[in-house]
Amino acid sequence: MKKTVFLGALTVAGLAAGASAAATLDDVKARGKLNCGVTTGLVGFAAPDANGNWEGFDVAVCRAVAAAVLGDANAVEFVPTTGKTRFTALASGEVDMLARNTTWTLSRDADLKFTFVGVNYYDGQGFMVHKDMGVSSAKELDGATVCIQTGTTTELNLADFFRANNISYEPVPIETNAEGQQQYLAGACDTYTTDASGLAATRATFEDPSAHVVLPEIISKEPLGPLVRHGDNEWGDIVRWTLNALISAEELGITSANIGELSAAAGDNPEINRILGTEGNLGEMLGLDAEWAKRAIMAGGNYGEVFAKNIGEDTPIALARGLNAQWQDGGLIYSPPFR
Amino acid sequence: MSDMSYVRSDMLPERTPPASSVGFVGWARANLFNGVVNSILTIVSLVLIFFVLAALLPWLFSPTWNSGSLNECREILNGHEGACWGVIHERWQQLLYGFYPNGSEAGTVDQRWRPNLAFLLLFVAVIPVLFNMISRRMNWVLLLVALSYGAYAVGGTLGMITVVVLLAAAVIVGYKAFSTDKAARAAEIEAGAKRLPNPLIFSAIFPFVVPFLLWGGSIWVFVGAALGFVLAGLAYRYLSAAVGSLAGMIISVLVAIVWWLFLIGPFASAMDAILPIALEQIESRKFGGFMLSITIGVVAIGISLPIGIVLALGRQSDLLIVKALSVGFIEFIRGVPLITLLFVASTLLNIFLPPGTNFDIILRVLIMVTLFASAYMAEVVRGGLAALPKGQYEAADALGLDYWKAQRLIIMPQALKISIPGIVSTFIGVFKDTVLVSIIGLLDPLGLSNAIRADQAWNGVVWELYGFIAFMFFVFCFSMSRYSMYLERRLRTGHK
Repeated sequence: MKKTVFLGALTVAGLAAGASAAATLDDVKARGKLNCGVTTGLVGFAAPDANGNWEGFDVAVCRAVAAAVLGDANAVEFVPTTGKTRFTALASGEVDMLARNTTWTLSRDADLKFTFVGVNYYDGQGFMVHKDMGVSSAKELDGATVCIQTGTTTELNLADFFRANNISYEPVPIETNAEGQQQYLAGACDTYTTDASGLAATRATFEDPSAHVVLPEIISKEPLGPLVRHGDNEWGDIVRWTLNALISAEELGITSANIGELSAAAGDNPEINRILGTEGNLGEMLGLDAEWAKRAIMAGGNYGEVFAKNIGEDTPIALARGLNAQWQDGGLIYSPPFR
Repeated sequence: MSDMSYVRSDMLPERTPPASSVGFVGWARANLFNGVVNSILTIVSLVLIFFVLAALLPWLFSPTWNSGSLNECREILNGHEGACWGVIHERWQQLLYGFYPNGSEAGTVDQRWRPNLAFLLLFVAVIPVLFNMISRRMNWVLLLVALSYGAYAVGGTLGMITVVVLLAAAVIVGYKAFSTDKAARAAEIEAGAKRLPNPLIFSAIFPFVVPFLLWGGSIWVFVGAALGFVLAGLAYRYLSAAVGSLAGMIISVLVAIVWWLFLIGPFASAMDAILPIALEQIESRKFGGFMLSITIGVVAIGISLPIGIVLALGRQSDLLIVKALSVGFIEFIRGVPLITLLFVASTLLNIFLPPGTNFDIILRVLIMVTLFASAYMAEVVRGGLAALPKGQYEAADALGLDYWKAQRLIIMPQALKISIPGIVSTFIGVFKDTVLVSIIGLLDPLGLSNAIRADQAWNGVVWELYGFIAFMFFVFCFSMSRYSMYLERRLRTGHK
């Protein structure tokens, strides 16, 4: 009975929706909400709090885009996606963008027909071991049992690494990160391998974190970034330059504390002026208003502030900036110029 | 000679049994220490139970209810083993309601009274169907109390007045129900006193009330959906006399379909213009936790039984096409795992439907789970049909009943009675299968447990969350199982 209720309502909704297959930007504006695909939960990157509000490093990208496009950082509908459903959700238009620790690879770009608009976190696969094992390098792990999530790229990276170094290992397949933690703590495996950020988050939850070390080798490149569908380059530009605005803001010293002052009137630095819309018409070129970047930065602060708040050294996860430092500080985070 | 006897002529008085065979000692001797082997087994079991409880109870009763994170729990426990109940304290509402608006976001109001009211009304609606032990008037008292909760939650002066009125009505009806016994009431009715309407009326409109409460929007869409059934019923009633029963049925189904597909929209918008009654619309995305499980479970359970009965009858039918369709459907659905159907719902349909189609994900899941449950239900009901002796079918024919009357009066009551254990275990299975939706990214209790662990404060909490979820599921499934035993006792009318 209930089905028919909805089929009736659905037909109406379907007819209404069928007419509007225009540009993503127009869809988002008409809807008044940004549909943003996130994980169903990953420490530091995306998680709902007790009131159901999503928080995290990936979530901040969604909020910045919503603030830039719609003027409201809370106008986001977070759509939790699993590793299996994320790409169909994006391809079918269920979500407008995906900010879900997704590794940028050639096949995802070309074969699945997505556009990665940039990298918001450079990750890589690492190993965690018990300190009393006395291992200081992953190359000493000959014959070790390894807890490894099945069906992921980490599994393939692991096989490549051990083969390249001509050492052997015994895999212990696990399904989720929670299972991996339990197995590792119970001693079912000598070492646990996953992305280094995940290892740090896991280690932080242990009763005695100092009894465990993350080995220095990083055996894979995992550039994680937001992505959109092929075919709507204007929308891709908006997401790309929103991310770049956060990155440039850190480089140029625009913070959520001083942004009010800097955007009140045009200052000495022309690039700051262009970003904040007090000079030039960059916003107009993107199809947005002049203050788009100002709102994006005010949503959660610049890239450095977002990093510090969610996964930085003052949080329990305590990730160092490392590769994710600005390019002047020896990292890889680099934004093309706003001009 | 006559006073000589070898046997006692008067009865001895009864003596109390020896102390070792009555009371607790007697019970223990009979049940626990009945022989050497049994005594040893009893002692071994007691030791085992002691060790399990000694390990479990201190863990269960741990003073961590108010802690704010896993590390705080560890400080409180100070090295001792113990559960970290703070996570349940902080997140139990999320586990129950998912992301249903709770008023924490600026500019929103707490809407959780709506699922609460729907849950209360569920009981009011199913009690007259499932039990025959409470009177018609008590049912109306329950309904009035449930509705006054709704009015209270809506608030405002009008709401408060409604609460008072409803509660007063409930008190009056309740008082009258208690103050007159059955015989007196029967006499009153005999004398012409008016009876209250049958509470089954509410059970019939309940399926339209609940989606309105949960999803919100204009009430007229749901009224319109209900009207479709009314129209079909009227069409059948007046047309079947003119054009025959089968043609009448086909036409009435067509009438309903045309109404639902084309006329319901204009009807709803026209009525909205006249009298707008609406609740704030809540998207399916906001559903989560046990609310999602119960919604999927109740819908699948409620719809799969009628569909299952029809399919079972179809499978036994002599009409070739009906039979082929039923067999094909049942065998196909039963041959496919539920998780495959869920992936079809979540990903394949997305690709096949035209872009921009807004086909609600929870609706898709509801349809798939219902179809899945129906196929299993059909086979359970078919088992009941097969168990009936052929004489029952022949007797129904001999009485001159037509097919539907024979089914309704003779066959189904017996067949369903036989299949109660199977039906209820299918229900329980469906309810538990709802957790599979976590695999396609819906945040049911299991999906939420993962999301909660993604909060740095609770990363690493495992047993407490799973324990809580298991306990909640146990409560629901155990009640269903007890109900089926009650129903079997109630319907045990013969075959002893």
